[in-house]
Amino acid sequence: MSATVQAHRPDQVSRAAPQVNALHAEWTKLRTTSGPGWLLLGTVALTIGVSVAAVGATHCPAGMQCAVDPTKLSLTGIQFGQAVVALLAVLTICNEYSTGMIRVTFTAMPRRDVVFAAKAIVVVGLVLVAGALAVLGSVVAGHLILPGHGFTAARGFHAVSLAYGPTLRAAVGSVLYLGLIALLSLGLAAMIRDSAVSIGAVLAVLYLFPIILAFATSTTWQRRLERWTPTVAGLTIQATTGVRGLAISPWGGLGVLALWAGVALLAGGIVLRLRDA
Amino acid sequence: MTADTRSIPRSGAGAGAAAARGGFGPLLHSEWTKFRTVRGWVIGMVVAAILTVFVGLFAAGNANSSCQNSPNGPVLSGKACLPYIPHGPGGEVVSDSFNFAHQPLTGNGTITVRVLSFTGAHANITNGHGAEVGSSLVPGLAAWSKVGIIIKQSLHQGSAYAAMMVTGGHGVRMQYDYTGDTAGLPGKVSAANPRWLRLTRSGDTITGYDSTDGTHWTRVGTVTLTGLPATVQAGLFATSPAYTVTNSSFGGNSNNGGPSQATGVFGDLTVSGTAAGAKWADVAVGGGGPVGTGPGGSSAGSGPAGFTEAGGTYTLTGSGDIAPVTPGPDSGFPTATIEQSLAGAFIGLIAIVVVAAMFFTAEYRRGLIRTTLAATPRRGAVLAAKAIVAGGVAFVTGLVAGTVAVAVGVHLENSNGQVVLPVPALTEIRVVVGTAAVLAIAAVFAVALGAVLRRSAAAVTIAIVTVVLPFLLVALNAFPPGVGDWLLRLTPAAGLAIEQSIPNYPQVASTINPAVGYYPTPPFAGFAVLCAWAAAALVLAVCVLRRRDA
Repeated sequence: MSATVQAHRPDQVSRAAPQVNALHAEWTKLRTTSGPGWLLLGTVALTIGVSVAAVGATHCPAGMQCAVDPTKLSLTGIQFGQAVVALLAVLTICNEYSTGMIRVTFTAMPRRDVVFAAKAIVVVGLVLVAGALAVLGSVVAGHLILPGHGFTAARGFHAVSLAYGPTLRAAVGSVLYLGLIALLSLGLAAMIRDSAVSIGAVLAVLYLFPIILAFATSTTWQRRLERWTPTVAGLTIQATTGVRGLAISPWGGLGVLALWAGVALLAGGIVLRLRDA
Repeated sequence: MTADTRSIPRSGAGAGAAAARGGFGPLLHSEWTKFRTVRGWVIGMVVAAILTVFVGLFAAGNANSSCQNSPNGPVLSGKACLPYIPHGPGGEVVSDSFNFAHQPLTGNGTITVRVLSFTGAHANITNGHGAEVGSSLVPGLAAWSKVGIIIKQSLHQGSAYAAMMVTGGHGVRMQYDYTGDTAGLPGKVSAANPRWLRLTRSGDTITGYDSTDGTHWTRVGTVTLTGLPATVQAGLFATSPAYTVTNSSFGGNSNNGGPSQATGVFGDLTVSGTAAGAKWADVAVGGGGPVGTGPGGSSAGSGPAGFTEAGGTYTLTGSGDIAPVTPGPDSGFPTATIEQSLAGAFIGLIAIVVVAAMFFTAEYRRGLIRTTLAATPRRGAVLAAKAIVAGGVAFVTGLVAGTVAVAVGVHLENSNGQVVLPVPALTEIRVVVGTAAVLAIAAVFAVALGAVLRRSAAAVTIAIVTVVLPFLLVALNAFPPGVGDWLLRLTPAAGLAIEQSIPNYPQVASTINPAVGYYPTPPFAGFAVLCAWAAAALVLAVCVLRRRDA
């Protein structure tokens, strides 16, 4: 009985489109190893934890003017969560190379672009789910804690709530931001292949430009960096106050990150196709 | 042929046997050989050095200041924009602007005064906006507004001095030669809380006293101003630094500031040691008259010009500051620090951490660890050798890159019109060598993490996130100041405090921001925190290595 079922299975799978098979295979790989689950959990926990710490430590005493963007403050944890997301994406590619699994994968599925796309879809899908939980937790923390710390509507602070348009944009945008960071990391990892070098390169791309921005004294350079670098421009999506004064609009900033991610993904895909595994 | 036969016994009798006997030298040598012969790691270190230098030079050289001295005049840039920059007796760049009612004091003498009232006014700064042009000042004192008595070498900016003063928020202070600051009586001046101040000169020594009643005096401090001339200027002074509101808008901060002024009303002014009946002359040193008066200053008794004398009561109003210039936007001219040229070390650190983590984890990936541990069964010694090699290479890389970055960076900063705040040679050495040491300890930290986790990606992520990210988030004001300070005290990022070249002077209001050179911990305390983290990781690594099968 069971023998017949097992005999049928490969038959059924092969009848499906190769894209579906690839997706299913990548899903199985991620589902059945313990690492990705822990990293996704880590993303959620670290993001919410840091956000709660930031929100919990910020007070606006009576009589003081606080130039704080409550939504952005509530989403501080994304800065840390993105490192875990990058690690997950990098390992999805690089673990296959370090174990030699990639040769099995490409033997079973010779269309490398399909494999790469399937990996990207599965990783981004999982990151979006984890990101949604992380962002939701952070927003709830801000919603519950900030009014008690002096950030009240009476003093001109908007409530951190998804019912408020700009906060909704920041929340949805932050989830998408994490997804784009995953894509950017996948692209770089496909080019570099070694896990340590890949994660180093990804974190350098994520943090290099903000560091340069911190030291940039020329306003021309500050604006250039705020407009065109992946993390600085991408995180403008979190702004809900003073949007007019930003170097780039929130969605425009996320678009810049999407551009970076797209280029990295394309380059990664091309390299994957052209190079021996 | 002979070479081949000779080489076999040599390696057996040399490195191998010595390692078996427990010699640490051959072990170190073999780890160094492993490092040296992996091309990717050597390239990684070169990349680290190149990134350190180039990002540092960008940080040092991206400023572009321009100015126009008159509305239709030529646009100037760089050095041409700089005002006169006074230097204090210790060589540091200083602010020295105040209103000074003075008379010469020859030889030894004493000046005593009673502060009757102390008020001030500052620019009207509303949330998110700078001072409104043309708007009147609103009453209020800056924390370091100060009025009092001063004995000063000459009327030149930057000359030596000692002063007793009341301040807006820090009680009575004795200050001298810009950097010295001693606390006296706390609290604010009021009718119920009067303050008497006294300065006594005896040779090169000046002693400051304060009192609440004019009869019972407490010595606040004694300072020696070497080379003080026989005739000095003594008298009343008033000054008040720019009133600043920092808007930390989380992702970029803006400083909104405007001028402020302080007014002191004095009585019972006595000076011993000067010619009887000498007239008080008023001069605005460094343009330190009341807000709105020109740099030419004021003359005695002419209304708003700042100094009046009536029936033994003296009123003096001034603005500016008598203090060291600190990095940041408050000084009125572009300042730079030597550590600004070392900004690239953060990026170099990423490359170094990657190589250092791989230095251990690569052994697991290739199974080499079993050979290594078979040759040297003492696992702690293997870890120590790897840590020393990785740390040593990182140190040398950082030292070379840091020296080049600072040498070229300071030149760039000077040439594009920034004032590089000078520091003693020992401080400069501490900054450059300290940065190399931070890179070395970070490398050791990464080696230990690699040994614990056996996975390079995880080790690299943890090392980078704990060393670089806290610095970055605080520098970009992603955290409110309180949280940010604690992040920079407790995480491995604390080690970067060793780069701070200009001390946190208590008498200058400044916000802690590592991007302009301020850390919440003293340099070596911060470095010790990083070392503690690395040591903890090493201990954990030794325990794990001993217990676990390779």
